Amino acid sequence: MAYLTDRKRAEGMGSAKSGTAHHWSMMVSSVGLAILIPLFIFTFGPILGSSHAEVVAYFARPFPAIVAALTIAASMMHFKGGVQTLIEDYVHGMAKKVTIILMICLSYAIAATGIFAIARIAL
Amino acid sequence: MVQLTLPKNSRITVGKTWPKPEGAQNVRKFQIYRWNPDDGKTPQVDTYFVDMDKCGPMVLDALIKIKNEIDPTLTFRRSCREGICGSCAMNIDGINTLACIYGMDEIKGDVKIYPLPHMPVVKDLIPDLTHFYAQHASIMPWLETTTNRPRKEWRQSIEDRKKLDGLYECVMCASCSTSCPSYWWNGDKYLGPAALLHAYRWIIDSRDEATGVRLDELEDPFKLYRCHTIMNCTKTCPKGLNPAKAIGAIKKMMVERQV
Repeated sequence: MAYLTDRKRAEGMGSAKSGTAHHWSMMVSSVGLAILIPLFIFTFGPILGSSHAEVVAYFARPFPAIVAALTIAASMMHFKGGVQTLIEDYVHGMAKKVTIILMICLSYAIAATGIFAIARIAL
Repeated sequence: MVQLTLPKNSRITVGKTWPKPEGAQNVRKFQIYRWNPDDGKTPQVDTYFVDMDKCGPMVLDALIKIKNEIDPTLTFRRSCREGICGSCAMNIDGINTLACIYGMDEIKGDVKIYPLPHMPVVKDLIPDLTHFYAQHASIMPWLETTTNRPRKEWRQSIEDRKKLDGLYECVMCASCSTSCPSYWWNGDKYLGPAALLHAYRWIIDSRDEATGVRLDELEDPFKLYRCHTIMNCTKTCPKGLNPAKAIGAIKKMMVERQV
């Protein structure tokens, strides 16, 4: 370590030749969520506080069900990318890799659970 | 894991309070970070009193007065005293800036001066900028061409030259990079706003023929994409430049060549 040149330290392992795909996917999911979140609020909001039977009947309709499913899927994909960046910022070493794997698993698990629940109601 | 508290040997204690100048009517209190690698002590904040009736208007004037008249051991970098060399960058009143162009009338209450944040300290107000300079060198801060001609000057249109305005003025004082939390946590890999602003300066130079190579080198989750548009860099730049905008423009080019 002591005998590395300053330039060697600055260069590190060079460019990973990736990053833009992640950046673009975050941009795409942001734009998607900018549309989906208001739609979700306006479709989910009116049914809040209703009886179980009314909610089930409401989400059996295609539009609220599709909006809810898309919102869950897009938000979890956005969460997956965002939380990975956040972990990369603050956690280093092996803990970083383990935390990223756990959070990716959590994202997919939440997305799958939400979509399964909606599908069960809707279908 | 990110270290959110200072290590034991970096914790700041109360230092020496120097006597007030005799007979002075307009005295201002300065609290200045001191650390000497040779005395084995932790950093301290010394208190100085300066007669403002006999001192210039800028923070650097007061520092030079303190060094000349009160405490010759106070150590700081300075050279041009007009915001061109970037030597006297330090944290003044909570803002990274150049002491030579930061007026004391802009500061309310005591003047608190610390070295640039989150950098190794050489002594007192002098940070070790070795890695910062090496990162700048790594972005190839020169005109890169493969074409042999013209043999003399390479011409540039007025419009293309205008694209360099707001970029070429950077004096590499490190105020921006050391104000950036991403640079604090991942400065070993993240190039930081100053190096990226310089990278963009060469990427958009119409005469440069290594645009693709430059973008390839920056295509990295850490070198470029640690910028989260926090904007501290733009807020603190003593030259009024906008590194965050330059980084945004690089990201835009990255997307443009893929999508």
